[in-house]
Amino acid sequence: MLFRRIVIDKITSTWMILTMSLILMLPLLIGTGLYMKALPMFGQQGFLHLIGTAEWSPSQGKFGFWPFIASSLYVTIISFLMSAPVCLLAAIYLTQFSSVRLVRIMHPIIDILAGLPSVIYGVWGILVIVPFVSNLLAPVFKINSTGYSILSGGIVLAVMCIPYMLNMIIEVFNTVPVGLKEAALSLGATLWESVKHVVVKKSFPGIISAYGLGLAKAFGETIAVMMVVGNRVQVTSNPFEAGYPLPALIANNYGEMLSIPQYDSALMFAALLLLLIILTINLLFRYFIYKTREQ
Amino acid sequence: MNRLKRIEEAIFRIFTGLAAYSVIAILAFIICIIFMKGFNALSFEMIIHVPKGGYYYGGEGGVLNAIVGSLYIAFGATIMAVIIGVPAALYINVHLIRRKKTQNTIRYFLDALWGIPSIVYGAFGFTLMLYLGMHASLLAGIITVALLITPIMVRTFDEVLSTIPKGLHEASLALGSTKTEMAFKILFKQGFSGFITAVLLSFGRGIGDAASVLFTAGYTDLIPVNLDEPAATLPLAIFFQLSSPIPEVRDRAFAAAALLTIIILIISIGARYLSKKFSVTTIK
Repeated sequence: MLFRRIVIDKITSTWMILTMSLILMLPLLIGTGLYMKALPMFGQQGFLHLIGTAEWSPSQGKFGFWPFIASSLYVTIISFLMSAPVCLLAAIYLTQFSSVRLVRIMHPIIDILAGLPSVIYGVWGILVIVPFVSNLLAPVFKINSTGYSILSGGIVLAVMCIPYMLNMIIEVFNTVPVGLKEAALSLGATLWESVKHVVVKKSFPGIISAYGLGLAKAFGETIAVMMVVGNRVQVTSNPFEAGYPLPALIANNYGEMLSIPQYDSALMFAALLLLLIILTINLLFRYFIYKTREQ
Repeated sequence: MNRLKRIEEAIFRIFTGLAAYSVIAILAFIICIIFMKGFNALSFEMIIHVPKGGYYYGGEGGVLNAIVGSLYIAFGATIMAVIIGVPAALYINVHLIRRKKTQNTIRYFLDALWGIPSIVYGAFGFTLMLYLGMHASLLAGIITVALLITPIMVRTFDEVLSTIPKGLHEASLALGSTKTEMAFKILFKQGFSGFITAVLLSFGRGIGDAASVLFTAGYTDLIPVNLDEPAATLPLAIFFQLSSPIPEVRDRAFAAAALLTIIILIISIGARYLSKKFSVTTIK
C-alpha cells in the first residue's frame, strides 16, 4: 500500500516537472522553430537590410520589411495615444473617487471586454469605425478615404487595449498603501492633490509598465486590425491611407506562401520578428512590475 | 488659491468619471451594434445546417460546420491544457512552496508568455505541423490552441492556489500524505473555484481565437469526424464571409458574430457564477 502510494507520487511528480519545463521551454521552442524556418532569409541578406528596405515583391525574391514595420508602429502609436489617457483617468476614478457599487459593476465589464474575441472587434470596426472615418472624419480634413485605413486600425486597437491596460493600472493603484494618501490628506491636501502627488507619483513605474505591455499587445494584434486597416504595401505618413501591419502580413498570405520560393521563410521571419519584439518588451516591463510588487 | 484647487479637483473628477463611464459605454455600444446587425439575419436554420451548394453566393445553409469545429477545437485544446497546465500549476504551489524566488521567476516567465500574440503561436504551429508531416487538421488546430491557452490556464489556476495558506499544506503533510496526495486531495479541492475559472477562461480564449487556427486548422464546409480532417471555426467563418461582396453572405457573417458574442457572454457570466458557487469556505 505504501509502496503504491510512493510510486504514484514519483510518477506524478515527474509528470509535473515535465509539464512545467515544457511550458517554460515554450518561448525557446517557438523561437528556434521560427528561426530554423526563417534561416534562408538571413543567409541571403543581412538583418538590417531586411528590416530597413521597403521593396516588397516576393515573386522576384525581394523582401523589404520596412513598410510592414512602419505600419505596425504607426497603428500601435495611434492606438496608444488614444487609449493611454482614457485608461489612466478611468483607473484614477475607479480606485479613488467612485462608489463601491460602480467598481463592482466595472469588474465584470472589463472582463467581458477583455474576453471578446478580436474578430468581434473587427466586425464592430467595419460596421462603425470604417464608415465613421470615411464619411465623417475624412471630409473634415478634405481627404478622400475608403475608411479602411491606418487610423481605423488604430481606433479599433485602442478600444481593444483599454480593458487590458485599465486592469493593470487599477492593480498598480491598489498596491499604493492607503497610509501614504492619508498622510497627504492630513497635511491639508485636497483629494485630487493627494492623488496627483502621491498615488500617481508612487505608482509611476507601474503605470509605465502597464503602458509598455499595452503597446506590446497592440503590436501583435492580428485579425481585428487586418479587417479594417486596408492591407496595402506602402510607406505613408497619412493616417487616412491604408497600411499593412506585420501580423496582417503573416495572416493574409498563408495560402500562397508555399507556392512562391522563400515566401514561407519570409513570413516566418516576420513571425520571429514579432516574437522577439514582443517578448523583449514583455520581459522588460514585467520585470519592473515584479520589482515594484516586491518592495 | 483655494478656489483654484477646488476647480481643478472638480474638473478632474468630471474627466476621470467620463473616462470610467466611457468604458461601460464602449461595451454597450459594441454589443448593441453586433446584436442589432446580427439578429436580423440570425435564424434557427443557420445554427442547424452546414453550408449547402451556392452558400457563398447567398444560397441556403448555415454555419453548423464552424460551430461544431470551434467547439471541437476549444474542447480538445482545453482538455490538453488541463493535462499540461494543472500539474504545472500544482507543481509551483506544492514542490516549490519553500522557494519564493523560483516561484516568482516562473510566474514572471508565464506572464511574459501570456503576452505572445496568437499569430506567432499560429506560425509556430504551422512550422511544427510541417515538421511532423501533418496537414492542416483538427489535431494541428487543437495542439496550437492548447499551446496558446496553457499559460493562461496555469497562471489563472496558480493565482487561486497561491492564496491557500501554508498551514493547510503542513497539516496534510503532518498526517502522512505524500506530496501528490496533498496536491490533488487538498490543494485541488480547495482551489476548485480557480480551476473552473481557469478552464472557462481558456475555453473562451480557444473558441474566439482566429489567428492561431488560420494556418493550422484549415477550413471546410463539412463537419470533421476524424482528427486528421480540416475543421472550420466560427471566427474564421465570420472573417471569410465578411470579405464577400454579396450582402446576404455578409449578413450571415454578422449573424455568426452575434452567435459568437452570445457564446462568449455565456462563458464569461458562467465563469463568474460558477467560481462563486464552487468557492469553498475560505480558510484564514
